[in-house]
Amino acid sequence: MTPGIESAYAKRKIAARAATVASSAAVVLALAPLVAIFLHVAVRGVRALSVSFFTEPVGARGAGMANAVFGTIQLVLLASAMGIPLGIAGGLYLSECRHTRLARAVRFCADVLAGVPSILVGVAVYAVVVVRMKQFSAFAGAAALAIVMLPLVVRTTDVLARAVPDSLREAALALGATRWRTAIFVVLRTAAPGIRSGCMLAVARVCGETAPLLFTAYNNRFFNDSLFDPTSTLQVQIFTYTMTPNEDWHAQAWAAALVLVAIVVVLDVLARRLVERKEVA
Amino acid sequence: MIGARRLVAIVGVAAAAGLAVFATWSRASRADAPARVIDGAGATLPFPLYAKWSSELLRVDGTLRINYQPLGSGAGIRQMSDGVIDFGATDEPLTDEQLKDAGRDLVHVPMTIGAVVLAYNVPGVPELKLTPDVIADVFRGTITRWDDPRLREANASVTMPSEPIKVVHRADGSGTSATLTTYLARNSEAWRADVGLGVSPRFPVGVGSRGSDGVTAYVKSTPFAIGYVELTYAKQASLPIALVRNRAGNFVAPSIESLDRAARSALDRVPDDLRISLVDSDDPGAYPLTALSFLVLPRDSRDREKGEALARFAWWGLHEGQRYAAALDYAPLPRELVAHGERVVRELRAGGEPVRVAYEGNGG
Amino acid sequence: MTPSALPSSSREAPRALRITDAARGSGDRVFGAVGAVAAGFLGLVLVTVAVCVVHLAWPSIRETGLSFFGTSAWDPARDVYGALAFVWGTAMTSVVALCLAVPIGLGVAVFLTDLGPRPLRRPVSSLVELLAAIPSVVYGLWAAFVVAPLLRSSIEPALAAIGGPLFRGPPMGVGILCASIVLAIMVLPTIATVSRDVLAAVPSELREGALALGATSWDVVRLVVVPHARRGLFGAVLLGFGRAVGETIAVATVIGSRADVSLSLFAPGYTMSSVIANEFPSATSDLHVAALAEVGLLLFVVTVAFNVAARLLVRGERYGRALTVPAGNR
Repeated sequence: MTPGIESAYAKRKIAARAATVASSAAVVLALAPLVAIFLHVAVRGVRALSVSFFTEPVGARGAGMANAVFGTIQLVLLASAMGIPLGIAGGLYLSECRHTRLARAVRFCADVLAGVPSILVGVAVYAVVVVRMKQFSAFAGAAALAIVMLPLVVRTTDVLARAVPDSLREAALALGATRWRTAIFVVLRTAAPGIRSGCMLAVARVCGETAPLLFTAYNNRFFNDSLFDPTSTLQVQIFTYTMTPNEDWHAQAWAAALVLVAIVVVLDVLARRLVERKEVA
Repeated sequence: MIGARRLVAIVGVAAAAGLAVFATWSRASRADAPARVIDGAGATLPFPLYAKWSSELLRVDGTLRINYQPLGSGAGIRQMSDGVIDFGATDEPLTDEQLKDAGRDLVHVPMTIGAVVLAYNVPGVPELKLTPDVIADVFRGTITRWDDPRLREANASVTMPSEPIKVVHRADGSGTSATLTTYLARNSEAWRADVGLGVSPRFPVGVGSRGSDGVTAYVKSTPFAIGYVELTYAKQASLPIALVRNRAGNFVAPSIESLDRAARSALDRVPDDLRISLVDSDDPGAYPLTALSFLVLPRDSRDREKGEALARFAWWGLHEGQRYAAALDYAPLPRELVAHGERVVRELRAGGEPVRVAYEGNGG
Repeated sequence: MTPSALPSSSREAPRALRITDAARGSGDRVFGAVGAVAAGFLGLVLVTVAVCVVHLAWPSIRETGLSFFGTSAWDPARDVYGALAFVWGTAMTSVVALCLAVPIGLGVAVFLTDLGPRPLRRPVSSLVELLAAIPSVVYGLWAAFVVAPLLRSSIEPALAAIGGPLFRGPPMGVGILCASIVLAIMVLPTIATVSRDVLAAVPSELREGALALGATSWDVVRLVVVPHARRGLFGAVLLGFGRAVGETIAVATVIGSRADVSLSLFAPGYTMSSVIANEFPSATSDLHVAALAEVGLLLFVVTVAFNVAARLLVRGERYGRALTVPAGNR
């Protein structure tokens, strides 16, 4: 090798080293806010968290957020009950009837709906549900969250069910299974772990959604008596308390943020673990 | 391995649980009907008082639960006319047009009197006197620094810092904004031409913040900021408050007495529907930025229980409720306004029939 | 086609699975019907949202027409509305956010697929995805109590010393800059993970070929991987843009809520989504509500356009996986 080529190669090696350093720097820059947010939420949240946070409802000054914790759980459960079965059924239809005109149209709609800002979902649910029912309600909030969830679940199910090899379908059909049995007991079964993880991620996502709740679930000082009453949620309560001069309320907001982040992170990590375990197995 | 059966089972269980929860709650609401929550929203100005009332009512009478959301007077007006809340609250009475456009017949009941104050955060300036022209020019952006000659002129006794003024205003529809802009529009030609008045004026400069809490938080955390909020908010955040020049030319501090004088000077011009403004009173001792805060109620509630609860709440507020006003720096209503309020409350109906409530308590 | 006549090519197999074939009994028909209804419901929801926003916006569309987007006069007290300030604020915050997030996001993506040490790739990938999981309202809280005071007390005064039209005016803390920074953090995981998936989809033969010719890892990225994945990377950026445009709560907390067109990053501003969050519940006149809905309509159109464009660029299943099951295993 001539020295010229050698030095050119050395230069390229230096460039490679520099690029590695630069990309590592990008990673550090990307993760710095994550660390900062987690630290702030953990430190300030733990300091403010107490038993009364989970037992006392929102009060005049201080008190707890029991009704908001309860409201968030309620809304997410109800939204899941509406969104997940519908989403899985729709997604399975898309994958098993993937070439029908309806399927193509709906797949496009799912992409569009996934991109619609959730505040607009809130506006629509306000106009269609809240004004009709003459009442802000947990039900309206859950409906808005379900709409946010729906495209996520549909798309996960569709993508994962389509990834199931057709040879499995053919084998089932050859053995005399009907299409719906094939779809549910072969396709859905094979794709189930991934779909479940996808659903958990969708649930995690709506746990943090605030914008669609402002004009649907609204807020409540008390525990909601029914699903047809305004309902307090951790998300809206944090949003409200962020913009106050009261330090008690700031502390409460950090505590609520800690609870919310904990829920979301646990769901997130769990969902990923499940997928990974499946892949190892 | 987790199969489809398990997945279907999980989904099924979730759906069933959802339905069960749904059924239980819907039924629960019927069972203990008297304790139903009354939902209201609107002005942030009287919120500290209404929050206190809500707690007190719960203590003395467990059957009245008031869920009041301070989202601004604009929200009170809008959500009341959309019919999605049981009562609204506003510091700015509805206009004739708003009353006409509302889906139902609405009445105003005066509840309390509050002061809109100019709260500021300027180290080394414990006292500040403001004329309407100066306020207008600060909020219009023509006075931009704390050491502007016109600010120094009225405040010769203090040294004003050489710093830019950071103006904060409301970002939501607000009766507090309406009170301030009404006063400024009456007293400043430039303000009237540039900005006008109303619950959502377009401020030429400054940062917008949500609710009185939001404005207070911003002023408190930002040196050299000035904003306008109700007196209680400023006091609880220990922010200094400017003296404001009234119609008679006196610099007046907001106090229960100066608010009361503003209210009394207006008593002889209270119309039948009680839609009256206390801003910019002629009385030499009156605080000019005085706001009368109203409840907005349906004249005829669809729901009997809710109609009765609303009447009881309004009645309680007009009488026992007034006792809590002074401690939070609101002025109790003068006897005459209470009497006007009583008249309106007595005429409330539910399902087309008069509300049956034992109107106890004295007339103020 | 009868089910027994399964085609030999798997590409045609789905055709054989069509549920329109009634030979297999009512179960299939029920399955098909339930599925179609469920899928159709999604379409119905989308149409309802769109129709609803258009319906609400109609009075404003009729009243102001196209001039709505050309003027920044937003004056509810006089019932005059123009959306220019919100369009401007949205564009400004999104562009600044992307300027911050794109280089970092691409750097992270390259780290994850080519340059980073193998044992680190997976944990870093999971952490970046965790960033996407933090709720918007928590970002808002953090921005209001950590970022804004920091900007006001040290960063903005330092930038003001540089001068120029971008850094003018008193340091307020809240404003365009604060919102942009938070947005950058929020869209970073989208850009990083989608880019990662796009880069990972470049066939390994190409990499191996280049390496066999003596290329360094950086040469591979620069000369082979990135040119091959250019379209997809552009799609990732568009997707990030779509997210930035639609983000509401965190922005509403720190944007400063002022309908104005200003070049300065220190100035308070407004975005399309945050004005809806702030004013929709308290708009008192019908035209005000309609004007807000028209802003919403524009927001709808813009976000949909960006998402569809991104979808066309980042084609296929990888994109779906990146958004729905970021499994942290690549």
